[in-house]
Amino acid sequence: MKKRLHKWRLIALLGIVGLVLSGCGEPFVSALKPAGDVAQSQFDLLILSTLIMVLVIIVVIILFVVVILRFRRKKGDETIPKQIEGSHKLEIIWTVIPILLLIVLAVPTVVTTFDLADTKAMDKKDKDGKTKDALVVNVRANLYWWEFEYPDLGVVTSQDLVVPTDQKVYFNLTASDVKHSFWIPAAGGKMDTNTDGVNKFYLEFDSEKAEDSNNIFYGKCAELCGPSHALMDFKVVPKSKSDFEAWAKDMKSVKEPVVEGDVAKQGEAVFNKSCIGCHAVTPNDSRPEAARQAPNLATFGERQRIAGVLDHTEANVKNWIKDPEKYKPGNTMTGTYGELSDSDIDALTAYLLQLKVEEK
Amino acid sequence: MSTYANKKGFGATIWDYLTTVDHKKIAILYLISGGLFFVIGGLEAMFIRIQLAIPNNDFVSAGFYNEILTMHGTTMIFLAAMPLVFALMNAVVPLQIGARDVAFPFLNSLGFWLFFFGGVFLNLSWFLGGAPDAGWTSYASLSLHSAGHGIDFYVLGLQISGFGSLMAGINFLVTIINMRAPGMTYMRMPLFTWSTFVVSALILFAFPPLTVGLVLMMFDRMFGANFFDVAAGGNTIIWEHLFWIFGHPEVYILILPAFGIFSEIFATFSRKRLFGYSSMVFATVLIGFLGFMVWAHHMFTTGLGPIANAIFAVATMAIAVPTGIKIFNWIFTMWGGSVKFTVPMLYAVAFIPTFTMGGVTGIMLASAPADYQYHDSYFVVAHFHYVIVGGVVLGLLAGINFYWPKMFGTLLNEKLGQITFWTFLIGFHLTFFIQHFLGLMGMPRRVFTFLDNQGLNTGNMISTVGAFLMAFGVLVMVINIIITSVKNEKVGNDPWGDGRTLEWSIPSPPPFYNFKQLPLVRGLDAYWVEKMEGKKEMTPAEPLGDIHMPNSSFLPVMIAFGLFVAAFGALYHMDDKSWTLPIIIVGLLITFGSMLIRSVKDDHGFHIHKEDLMDDSDKGGKA
Repeated sequence: MKKRLHKWRLIALLGIVGLVLSGCGEPFVSALKPAGDVAQSQFDLLILSTLIMVLVIIVVIILFVVVILRFRRKKGDETIPKQIEGSHKLEIIWTVIPILLLIVLAVPTVVTTFDLADTKAMDKKDKDGKTKDALVVNVRANLYWWEFEYPDLGVVTSQDLVVPTDQKVYFNLTASDVKHSFWIPAAGGKMDTNTDGVNKFYLEFDSEKAEDSNNIFYGKCAELCGPSHALMDFKVVPKSKSDFEAWAKDMKSVKEPVVEGDVAKQGEAVFNKSCIGCHAVTPNDSRPEAARQAPNLATFGERQRIAGVLDHTEANVKNWIKDPEKYKPGNTMTGTYGELSDSDIDALTAYLLQLKVEEK
Repeated sequence: MSTYANKKGFGATIWDYLTTVDHKKIAILYLISGGLFFVIGGLEAMFIRIQLAIPNNDFVSAGFYNEILTMHGTTMIFLAAMPLVFALMNAVVPLQIGARDVAFPFLNSLGFWLFFFGGVFLNLSWFLGGAPDAGWTSYASLSLHSAGHGIDFYVLGLQISGFGSLMAGINFLVTIINMRAPGMTYMRMPLFTWSTFVVSALILFAFPPLTVGLVLMMFDRMFGANFFDVAAGGNTIIWEHLFWIFGHPEVYILILPAFGIFSEIFATFSRKRLFGYSSMVFATVLIGFLGFMVWAHHMFTTGLGPIANAIFAVATMAIAVPTGIKIFNWIFTMWGGSVKFTVPMLYAVAFIPTFTMGGVTGIMLASAPADYQYHDSYFVVAHFHYVIVGGVVLGLLAGINFYWPKMFGTLLNEKLGQITFWTFLIGFHLTFFIQHFLGLMGMPRRVFTFLDNQGLNTGNMISTVGAFLMAFGVLVMVINIIITSVKNEKVGNDPWGDGRTLEWSIPSPPPFYNFKQLPLVRGLDAYWVEKMEGKKEMTPAEPLGDIHMPNSSFLPVMIAFGLFVAAFGALYHMDDKSWTLPIIIVGLLITFGSMLIRSVKDDHGFHIHKEDLMDDSDKGGKA
């Protein structure tokens, strides 16, 4: 009877653990709300290991509580307890059982490790050197901004990563200045972007889960990279396969940015004088990586955030251009474009906010 | 006190400590300076928690925050935890093995002063243009990119204090191998001595990789080498390997002595010998060995590939087995015992569930694919604070309370000790438990702020409240130490009444020669064995004779100070300042000149004569 009671308690406790863990965090940024197969497999490992560990903790706590309640020294008790050397039987038990528990965890760990590292699909190329059946994104991390290049589509964008749902998306990860780490908690674990070479992995974005989080996931830099490490956010915009293809087509078809209105035209002139050295405004930027020193602004008008963290408002664009250092200390834009007058900044803002690909 | 030490003035006491080679006084030096750095590191932690209390806070700026987080980690590991561990090792290990001092007393003193000047040098960076800001791991691409001299302070300061750690490690190895009292076989050594022994071996093998890394970094930053400069064919991943080949054993260097202290405390306050002594020794050695096989689990997301990740994942899990053995052995040491809840025992008892929680999250982290989620998130922050604070710091607090009477001859106040214990423990869990969830909910570590509306606000606020509770506990402890020192009520040889090992058989504090006659060890828990036979003191293993003692020396301070001076020259050398070269030369002249004096000047030490020892008879000079 007593044993059964223990069992019930255990099951109830495990249920609570599962509930508590899956009830945590916002769906667009929490690893506890997995939004794809990769995150799900990692979440499953988390639950498995948590269950094993809760079991261990329960055993330890029961023994612990019994000991500190039963064997307290009474006041004035001067008896000397029996000096026990040890017990081979007990010691074998608490050596073997942990080993068994660890094997239960180690097997799926090793299997998943190899599964998640399987990027063979990236290597299958067709005659033109394009990847056959996989979508590849080259991610380049820079001091506080992200560039996303779709090599097979000939499209470069930045800050907002657009991905198709319900299929594997493969990533080539690298950094151009210092080490960063590419992390989309809801979609799966992170991988470092090294300065030394290219890391490869894949993620999946579930369409239903994407809807739950209003078709947006938060991405973060997970490796200390300087003062604005905390502000090196990006956003992920999942789209259905057909929407994604339409987006890619729109992106490719942009030849020149077209803006309307005198102010915006004036802004274009300012841009061409002060900004174009680093920023491109078309998605098909064919310059080599080293020349792409700043985020591609072709979709600036439809971005989720200004500079990755500020709300997408006109005022914030102006604030940012006026004093980027204030919003992202240590960024590489500050001081590279001379003094701009207030009217220049107004014009520039009007121009930038018209840089759109889809919403025209 | 012996006839050799009379009441001295303040200046004479300072001079005494500057020149001492006595392990007990060096222990006090380590304790004071480690405690000081612990308070500094704690203040830095409070700045961190205040900044993160609410989203978008601007209590400190982004760049300054990175300096604080770097110095918090570096200070706590290298300048607080390490010296506090060394303090207890120095205070206790020679006594536990029945020795009159460590094998190389001069080297012992030199090790302390190197650590001290290295630590001071590192902290001076705050006033000289900014502290290091690339994290305590100082990953190469970021630290080469870092402007100013912060990283140079890190590189030079840690090299100087690293020499000190290495010397301490070698010293304890030699001491434990050679200077055990008659009858003290390896398998009769107390567990704290065993863990010191294993840890010293870890120091011997772990610090050289760090030194290599630091030297390469120094050449990159100061002399234009390109070891880590990718554009010039260097490789930054090598730094990660070098750092973690040191870094992982380093955390075991900290935790194993804590295990040793807890083993002593459990046995003492349960009035029972340690359950499964030989498997405890075996587990300690195994943990030390496996500690060198798992460094790449800090690099699961670096991109080493699935084979390396799988191997290191399984190897890491294996460490759970010996650690589990230890946990159960401690519980069963108390089982059937007569458990008395003194302050040190409270820490020891609280350590079991706390450390178990830190241990199990360690296993969760070992599962490589799941670690891709945890890595560099607040989950990791929670994990390593559970093992380092829940293991090492609880161990140090327990050890300081436990050995305070042996070091200073007076007991810390019980009531205040309990207040510290409860506030610190509750504050600790409040601060760090919630951080597991913050990490899983998408909060990366080392962020100077977080944005609103990400579900992270409540957790961070709770964490900050907890931190203040911990700070309160530490404050009460400081008050406790002051009150206790002022009252200074002297206690006898065995103030806890249940002492089992040799250190409790001699006065508190012991005379400067420790044992008048070396004791004869007749079993594990040597003093307990004698007590159970109704004896009050150890049986001597030798007739009363003259004792050979080393002379005090000011040279260790000079040698360390010379390096301290030279480091300033090296630091500013790259700024093309003309005065830097002379400074380097002067500094090195002081160091090597002092070493030369040490080499050519014969110093045979002195003898305490038999007759003087007899005068001391009632002061318990006898072993």
